Amino acid sequence: MNPESALIEFRDIAKIYGHGEAEVRALDGVDLKIEAGEFVAIMGPSGSGKSTAMNLIGCLDSPTSGDYLFNGVHVASLNQDQRALLRRNYLGFVFQGYNLLARTSALDNVELPLIYKGVARAERRQRALEVLAKVGLQGREHHDPSELSGGQQQRVAIARALVGSPEVILADEPTGNLDTQMSREIMEVLKELNEEDGMTIVMVTHEEDMAEYAHRLIWMVDGKVERDGNPVRGGSRR
Amino acid sequence: MIWETFRLAVQAIFRNTMRSVLTVLGIVIGVAAVIAMLTLGQGSSSQVTADIEKLGTNVLMLMPGGSSGQHGPGSSSVAKAFTLKDVDAIIDQIGSVETAAPYAQSATNVVYGAESTSTSIVGTDNRYLTVVDWPLEMGRSFLASEEQSGKSVCILGETVRQNLFGNTSPIGEMIRLNSLTCEIVGLLEAKGASSFGTDQDDVISLPMKTFQRRIIGNSDVSMIFISVRDGQSTERAIVEIEALMRERRRISEGEDDDFSIMDMKQIASMLTGITNILTGLLSAVAAVSLLVGGIGIMNIMLVSVTERTREIGIRLAVGAQANQVLMQFLVEAVVLSMIGGFVGIVLGLALAAVGANLMMIPFVPSLVVVVGAFLFSAAVGVIFGYFPARRAAKLDPIEALRYQ
Ligand SMILES: Nc1ncnc2c1ncn2[C@@H]1O[C@H](COP(=O)(O)OP(=O)(O)OP(=O)(O)O)[C@@H](O)[C@H]1O
Ligand SMILES: [Mg+2]
Repeated sequence: MNPESALIEFRDIAKIYGHGEAEVRALDGVDLKIEAGEFVAIMGPSGSGKSTAMNLIGCLDSPTSGDYLFNGVHVASLNQDQRALLRRNYLGFVFQGYNLLARTSALDNVELPLIYKGVARAERRQRALEVLAKVGLQGREHHDPSELSGGQQQRVAIARALVGSPEVILADEPTGNLDTQMSREIMEVLKELNEEDGMTIVMVTHEEDMAEYAHRLIWMVDGKVERDGNPVRGGSRR
Repeated sequence: MIWETFRLAVQAIFRNTMRSVLTVLGIVIGVAAVIAMLTLGQGSSSQVTADIEKLGTNVLMLMPGGSSGQHGPGSSSVAKAFTLKDVDAIIDQIGSVETAAPYAQSATNVVYGAESTSTSIVGTDNRYLTVVDWPLEMGRSFLASEEQSGKSVCILGETVRQNLFGNTSPIGEMIRLNSLTCEIVGLLEAKGASSFGTDQDDVISLPMKTFQRRIIGNSDVSMIFISVRDGQSTERAIVEIEALMRERRRISEGEDDDFSIMDMKQIASMLTGITNILTGLLSAVAAVSLLVGGIGIMNIMLVSVTERTREIGIRLAVGAQANQVLMQFLVEAVVLSMIGGFVGIVLGLALAAVGANLMMIPFVPSLVVVVGAFLFSAAVGVIFGYFPARRAAKLDPIEALRYQ
């Protein structure tokens, strides 16, 4: 890791969809720095650009303008394959809509990132079983997503993000479909990863209770960062 | 990693078995057709080759009727048959001739007890069996005395034996050919189908004199089989025989022959040629169906790529590179078409085996053809799988993930 620069840095990032009348500024001049080891929560009304920002951080999408530096490297200068390596080795993504492979068991879904990391089969299996147990899915390893509840699918998605021990976990509403009890358990898992393994966590949530697990809260409105600070109510304005 | 990719491909193929089956159907049919055609073609070629060898490459057939132009007997009305004297003259006067045998043929009904069958009756003598190199399975050939006096004895072909006697020995039994009752003295070895596809074993042979007197009632010899001595030119022999026969049949200068001489070697090589052309043509048709099969694979793979856009997005999101996605789909197409090729080979060989049996030709599976067909179907997978795989690999991760 490069000690000089932040792990994640947005410089005046804009993401614009459509043209003319139909133009939508999903992100409208966002400056943002996230250091390694932070636990950040992003909140904001629906349509405020949270998922768009997450996709950019995850190197899945490119901004319309502005610079994104990951660990001091201009992501715009990387080609598709180099970005794939970045995702493979540094990033774990929990999608808002889970995005699990259909007709594929929970276990195989969780193993997927390890296949591309080139982990041997037996070790893959073992690590996948471990993280599935961590998110409370023992006994469900061989179920297809269609045989799992929404909450269980969400936990498979979380397990898949964790399994490769990435530098950063990007979680887009990881507890959106879980009850309070389960949500707390997941947050404890994230907290533990952050505190014990020093993993950087960026999480989008709609629930203040969950945001309180984070050390920093970013509040977005209309594609802009409105507040950035302490997660307790009324956190300091910038 | 390549093993992983292969495992993924097999998983994907079996995740949608029905679609996979339909996808490979074209390849299966194409490969099966090519294999069956080539195998049968090779079988019939080798049959022809075997026939040539069996017959000897030095056998000539002398037949009445001109060979050129208007069919039938030269300038005169009906071509005269030959006589036994012609046979003797050929043997005596032409040095390069090893031996010659008269041949006449008729069809009739044969009765043995309650069994009866219709077959072809051949009047000839022992020299015929020498010329066409046809050994006896059991019993004996005609005695010189039997040939001279025209005794009622006969030699059976294997098919007639099967029809009348089954597997028991026919030697010494009496059979009836119309009004003639004759004793079976010998059984010919099975010869199988001729190059023309007729059953050569469906035959009863009688001494020429017996045949002439008791079956057709004249002294005509309708064909003469001639074998040329080893090392002597058959072309020269043909010229000499032609001259001799013109003289004996009093054909004046300028008049066309009223007989023709056929060289078995020529006939056989002509037949081989025809077989090869036919095999080639049919294989070309079959190859086109392979091509169509390939297009079928491409079509389904393209549909599959579209259907699995989200899957591709997910793979890209967890760190798959474009090449790995490309390989996944390419390997899937190749595995599919190789499965198709394998099934096609098995099916094609089975068809060829049945066909060879029906056509009474040998079943000659060729390793080259089998391996070739397998490689070809793999190539079809690579060629027609590449375009869809390329399309999958080019997908943008976020677009793919958003795809509904
Ligand atoms: N592919 C797209 N094409 C056009 N507009 C888009 C696209 N993706 C997002 N948008 C628009 O960009 C804006 C931000 O969307 P985004 O998904 O980032 O919101 P969000 O904050 O994640 O909302 P939610 O809380 O509902 O998930 C929205 O107005 C949305 O309509
Ligand atoms: Mg969102």
